[in-house]
Amino acid sequence: MRKLGTIVAAAALLAAGCATSTGEGEGSTTLTVFAAASLTESFGAMKPAFEAAHPGTEVRFNFAGSSSLVQQLSNGATADVFASADRANMDKAEQAGVVEGAPSPFATNQLTIAVAPGNPEGITSLADLTRDGLNVVVCAPQVPCGSATQKVERGTGVTLKPVSEEQDVKQVLAKVQSGDADAGLVYVTDATSAGDKVGEVDFPEAAQAVNEYPIAVVRDAPHTDLATQWVDFVLGEQGRAELRKVGFGTP
Amino acid sequence: MPWGLWVPAALALALVVLPVVGLLVRTDLRRVPALIVSDASLAALRLSLETAALSTVACVVLGVPLAVVLARSAVPGIRVLRAVVLLPLVLPPVVGGLALLYLLGRKGFLGYLLSVTAGVQVPFTTAAVVIAQTFVAMPFLVVSLEGALRGSGDRYEQIAATLGARPWTVFRRVTLPLLLPALGSGAVLSFARALGEFGATITFAGSLQGVTRTLPLEVYTQAEVDVDSAVALALLLIVVAVVIIAVARPRAVEGAAR
Repeated sequence: MRKLGTIVAAAALLAAGCATSTGEGEGSTTLTVFAAASLTESFGAMKPAFEAAHPGTEVRFNFAGSSSLVQQLSNGATADVFASADRANMDKAEQAGVVEGAPSPFATNQLTIAVAPGNPEGITSLADLTRDGLNVVVCAPQVPCGSATQKVERGTGVTLKPVSEEQDVKQVLAKVQSGDADAGLVYVTDATSAGDKVGEVDFPEAAQAVNEYPIAVVRDAPHTDLATQWVDFVLGEQGRAELRKVGFGTP
Repeated sequence: MPWGLWVPAALALALVVLPVVGLLVRTDLRRVPALIVSDASLAALRLSLETAALSTVACVVLGVPLAVVLARSAVPGIRVLRAVVLLPLVLPPVVGGLALLYLLGRKGFLGYLLSVTAGVQVPFTTAAVVIAQTFVAMPFLVVSLEGALRGSGDRYEQIAATLGARPWTVFRRVTLPLLLPALGSGAVLSFARALGEFGATITFAGSLQGVTRTLPLEVYTQAEVDVDSAVALALLLIVVAVVIIAVARPRAVEGAAR
């Protein structure tokens, strides 16, 4: 799946490159935004408003896991903006020297328990997930949602016995949706965008592992000014509103 | 052999070898030993070898009869069946995994039946890994065997039958020995495919150390944190695959060429 994503991204980049080199005179500029997969809905919703405010601009997205985006950027992918789902990956990008200036936090996210619609198992707390016979699925500690899970476990003393540690939060959601997992720890935003396909059980301890999303302009971006304007847009009132709609918090 | 073949042949070889060379160049070889002996890698390696061996056995036990049926049966519609058997080859592995989940998952019709009647749950178990690997690897075995069977024709079998051998005797004494060389290379192909299996496994079986996290899944998990260590682990997978193919394949191929 990741490989396919990379190919699609590469194709998109190629297309973006062609558009900028041939269409500059027409005033059609393509802004390329690399963003964490969890931003798909909110950034997608910001695109029309931004394009309307900047005539002749087209925003293109490459949504993928933050770590593979850093990977692509450090291997020379061309982009204007990078929005990461956690600080660790933005730190990696800074160390690799692929972003310009200090990243700004623009959203926060926290965990929630995704259950089958209607919560047939009657799960009401994090501790309920340790019940025998429950199939619980979490993210692997190596990915942001998994490290948040670990933090919550450490903070609460609740030790989960997951049947699987998935590679990303969408896989956790998929296992809950298919009915093979009774519960999964996912981000609030993922549960929100899944709509009525999953139920959501919030737990107060999630506040112990709040994830901060940073955004930054990419070094040697083809359109630095426009990139800065996108960052300002995301940080501005309109951006905040879209982010709130899918469940993100304000840092 | 015409000399002109060397050019495309060299290109083909370069396409296979150069990426692996790229991998080697990027690997910090000093770190490889430490990475390979970590608990997580050893567990993944053991699980990979066990499950790939089991699924190869499953491929042979189920695939040999299937290949014989496909090659020798004159039942109408057998051509369609031949095409259907190839499905796992063209299906993206993730789709294969989803298909298995929808069949054998708790909400799948067979999975539901199993959990209600026997209390058995397939997803998230090592058995699920073996099933996923068998699913994707079986076509390799069936195609090799079917090709060999149809290539050799059925005159030996017919002669055996005219000499009074019963169908089972013909199968044991004529068909199986004819199959042996192709069986060797087909089994190695299946094993190699099972060893590298990723998409169907992660979708159907999940990923948990020691239970379902095979070496390719471990590589993927590691790549989230540290690409270099993932590359080192990938190297381990390559070494295992190359050793197995090098040991088993030439014999099988030479056997097939007689």
